[in-house]
Amino acid sequence: MSSKLRILVPVKRVIDSAIRPRVNKAQTGVETQGVKFSINPFCDIALEEAIRIREGSKSLVEKIHAVSAGSIKSQETLRTALAKGADESTLIDVGDKDLEPLSVAKLLAKVVEAQDSNLVILGKQAIDNDSNQTGQLLAGLLNWPQATNASKVEVEESSGSVTVTREVDGGSETVKAKLPLVITTDLRLNEPRYASLPNIMKAKKKPLKVVKPDDLGVDVSSRLEILKVTEPPVRQAGIIVGSTDELIERLKSAGAV
Amino acid sequence: MLSASSLRRAAFSARSAGIIRSRLASTLAVIEHADSNVAAGSLSAISAAKELAGSDPVTAIIAGSNAAKVAESLGKVPGISKILVASNSAYDKGLPENLAQLLAENVKKNGFSHVVAASSAFGKNVIPRVGALLDVQPITDIIKIESEDTFVRPIYAGNAIATTKSNDQIKLVTIRTSAFAAAETEGGSGAAVEDAVDPNSESLSEWISEELTKSERPDLGVASKIVSGGRGLKDKENFDKVIYPFADAIGAAVGASRAAVDSGFADNSLQVGQTGKVVAPELYIAVGISGAIQHLAGMKDSKTIVAINKDPEAPIFQVADLGLVADLFEAVPELTTKLG
Repeated sequence: MSSKLRILVPVKRVIDSAIRPRVNKAQTGVETQGVKFSINPFCDIALEEAIRIREGSKSLVEKIHAVSAGSIKSQETLRTALAKGADESTLIDVGDKDLEPLSVAKLLAKVVEAQDSNLVILGKQAIDNDSNQTGQLLAGLLNWPQATNASKVEVEESSGSVTVTREVDGGSETVKAKLPLVITTDLRLNEPRYASLPNIMKAKKKPLKVVKPDDLGVDVSSRLEILKVTEPPVRQAGIIVGSTDELIERLKSAGAV
Repeated sequence: MLSASSLRRAAFSARSAGIIRSRLASTLAVIEHADSNVAAGSLSAISAAKELAGSDPVTAIIAGSNAAKVAESLGKVPGISKILVASNSAYDKGLPENLAQLLAENVKKNGFSHVVAASSAFGKNVIPRVGALLDVQPITDIIKIESEDTFVRPIYAGNAIATTKSNDQIKLVTIRTSAFAAAETEGGSGAAVEDAVDPNSESLSEWISEELTKSERPDLGVASKIVSGGRGLKDKENFDKVIYPFADAIGAAVGASRAAVDSGFADNSLQVGQTGKVVAPELYIAVGISGAIQHLAGMKDSKTIVAINKDPEAPIFQVADLGLVADLFEAVPELTTKLG
């Protein structure tokens, strides 16, 4: 198998990470009206890694294809990806429906097939639903190996094998797998770049294809029902102590030390 | 016998009020282990499995060359009726590809209605893959079980709490370990041990090496006290000099904010937050941490939160039970001496 990489980078449009989301009045979700959205930070890292792999060895990467499943507004997220260095993109327009990870993985599996991808790099989780599932689900559907929470990725050009250092609970571990492969990214993997203005202009001319789940033959109906979304319990207001002695005294009387 | 069976019936009818329950419901707890010991997170997963199962049996599954040995100690955990053992070195490193196959095969064969694992790096790696093999939408990091199909989980870095009902035949969940008490490790009457169905599928990846942070201190995930350092420590030398002696003086584990980790003050495995570990100790002391939402997501369920920061405007003071506005380089060594 040729080890030329055809990288697929799925990206998600989410509420900006610096914004504190508020639960809506109907308790069905969080308020999205007038809220700033951005590319999910882990997806940004995934894209950056794909670009760095190409910068490391130009001959190694045949193409980088960005894909997003979401509302038509996810076009902006794909334009950002194109401005940063993706070559072409696909929007799977699902309207306002909030897709579950299993549905996203099934859609992505179809795009992998269509794009003949052999490396998929995803973020380890979206900061809205915090599921941390899509990469693993995709790898399972494709029966490809998976390397999650990657903090280092090395592609060996001659053999088509990839060595990945993963963040695990007690430290890190290194695994190796042959292409095709699914990787999910940890925060520590890299520092994403900003898109320059000329590149943002150029990105407007890059391909962005829009498809529907039906075009891909995927049923995206939900398995889960969100019964209710509520604010987390509010903590009681605390006290500011005047000295370390007072702090120790209060901790001792509370039995905390 | 009579009283036991009527108790069972009573428990069953109480549970089935309003809930249509499949007659062969049974729950599988996925056990993670290291050095022949059951991982602390798995003991919480067993508690959650018992809560879900009610009066129905709980089965545990364990895989690896040491599995039979771990099964012995697991047999003493009260409430486990059966242990499925896959004694096969192919599972030793927890590679998700063959492990997911093993789990999926055993779920199919035994018709488990629920599969529970800890939301650890291990659980998050393998459980969604099992979901793909079983065509089930998993539910990550639940903090509460409302009923056999309804679960509560935080979303948006803990800024919202979602109550979610699963309409899948099989409920595949990972649990936030700090939200479920660890199961007792003694007093069980011994569970039946059986060989798991082993598909012997090949792993598609190869384990090369690991680099684990060695520490005499309590493990961050299960510690009852945590001292965490942030950007305010300024460099690694200060972090080592200020945070570790304080943690040792009160018998605490050491944690860190993302800023401290990114700046190289502490190892990534110590990171507390949405993208690191989620902890809920009795006492959490945040030193030189401003309290970004990403960090709060990982610690705001701690029982008592103490913040030491020289900036009185730092958001951490909004969640702290006790706050000390002071220079940490003076306050913390003072606390270390006075509490040591």
